[in-house]
Amino acid sequence: MATKILERKPLTLAERTYLPQIAAGLWVTFRKMFGRRVTLEYPEQKPPIPRGYRGVPTLVKDPNGREKCVSCQLCEFVCPPKAIRITPGEIPADSATAHVEKAPKDFELNMLRCIYCGLCEEACPERAIVLQNVYSLNAATREEVVLHKDKLYELGGTLPDKIMKWDKKKAAADKAAGGHH
Amino acid sequence: MDWMYLLIVLVKAVVVVALVMAVAGYAVVGERKIASWVQERPGPNRTTVPILGSIPVVGWWLRRMGFFQLWADGAKFFFKEEPTPAHVNKLYFLVAPVVAFVPAMAALSAVPFGQYVGSDGVAVPLAITNFDVGMLFVMAVSGISVFGIIMAGWASNSKYPYFSSIRASAQLISYELTIGLALLPVFMWTGGTLDLFSIVREQGGVVGGGVFGLPKWFICIMPVSALLYLVALFAESNRLPFDMAESETDLVGGFHTEYGAFKFGLFFVGEYAHMTLAAILFSVIFLGGWSIPFVSMDAMPVGLLGAVVSVGVVFVKTVILMSFIMLVRWTLPRFRYDQVMDLGWKILLPLAVVNLAVYAVILALVEG
Repeated sequence: MATKILERKPLTLAERTYLPQIAAGLWVTFRKMFGRRVTLEYPEQKPPIPRGYRGVPTLVKDPNGREKCVSCQLCEFVCPPKAIRITPGEIPADSATAHVEKAPKDFELNMLRCIYCGLCEEACPERAIVLQNVYSLNAATREEVVLHKDKLYELGGTLPDKIMKWDKKKAAADKAAGGHH
Repeated sequence: MDWMYLLIVLVKAVVVVALVMAVAGYAVVGERKIASWVQERPGPNRTTVPILGSIPVVGWWLRRMGFFQLWADGAKFFFKEEPTPAHVNKLYFLVAPVVAFVPAMAALSAVPFGQYVGSDGVAVPLAITNFDVGMLFVMAVSGISVFGIIMAGWASNSKYPYFSSIRASAQLISYELTIGLALLPVFMWTGGTLDLFSIVREQGGVVGGGVFGLPKWFICIMPVSALLYLVALFAESNRLPFDMAESETDLVGGFHTEYGAFKFGLFFVGEYAHMTLAAILFSVIFLGGWSIPFVSMDAMPVGLLGAVVSVGVVFVKTVILMSFIMLVRWTLPRFRYDQVMDLGWKILLPLAVVNLAVYAVILALVEG
């Protein structure tokens, strides 16, 4: 490889007096004083949340208002800091969503333990737990940041999901049952 | 008559001290604001008070400019616990902040802030006292403030404050010489007077002619002296880039490491008072004091209006200079200790001697 030898120029007199550099530096800082402010004034101005942001894990409902969680407890098992504790529950037989496997009786998410890793979201086969853009979770007591089912659904809202897996499954089962004609 | 005189001096002193304290206090806010603007931040803009803060536009503006921040900071210093470490020399530890603070205020007693031209056309200095060796007094007294730092460093009985006090004293010795030598040409020019009032009176009008005319300020007549004096002022008032006594990065907090609450506050305000004094002195000696550029001293407004104008001009020049000093702090990195000594002894001092010799020759040729 060819080596290029650069000539190292000695400092000029102006450079050695240091004064032109000081003047240039002062000019830079002086201009900056009237420039744009780069900081946000936080409580009034909110930062833009990028796509794929991992905020507080929340539970979501499908467009029909059915809770998507079927309490399979995969998230509970995968959760590295053991922040999730699910109490599984049966869906009553007379319910409109009785064809769905199960629903959580309680879903406890301890935000003092959560590390926002998103493994629960990855593990969920139902896409029921989603890390959304809630970044400011605070409370006066420790109990208040242990989130329960109602609070998690309130934070989560509805997932605009068009797949409707369970309805399709039910339709397929109905078709198979009445099928032999 | 004596009692009357004493009363007048006392009133003048109270007014001057109150004014300078206010300027020094708001210099703290100014420093924070300039720092944040240079760093593209808004700076302190939250603190507000009930009634003043709710005035429609003005209150909002004052809040955004951090006007009330000083009150909050000051109140904080009052209400903090006052700790005195067990290992210190109690007496000197307590005296040091006062010794650091008082000289800056005392030196102001001899500085003229403006002039009052009465109906008889005689200009009277607006100062607490104006005497014929004013400059000598100011230099001597403001030099004492370093004893506050030395006392604090020694009485703290702890290594970083001790280093700091040694550095501060070495720095003072090296730069005080430069200050003296840089000012000598000014005194030779004014015919050997050390009276600050006549030095300002000398600076009215224009030097040169036509488009090349400059205000007859000493910064235009002797720019090298002005530069030397400015650099030495930075060193004397312990401002960055010569922040040797308080170099946070290598001496924790320097001489005030062991101090807290109100005693620290006194050091802090003293530092800004010292900076205010330095800015006033520079504007009086080199920036023409209350002279307006291109206006001769005799054409200045007279009477009460003239007095207000002259004080206002000094005030504006001082504020601009203080902003400059602050801008320098947020521009230049701190010098290393040996670099400060090198600069002081090997560059500034010889330059000051040469400068003095050159002006001595020029003056001898002009007058001889």
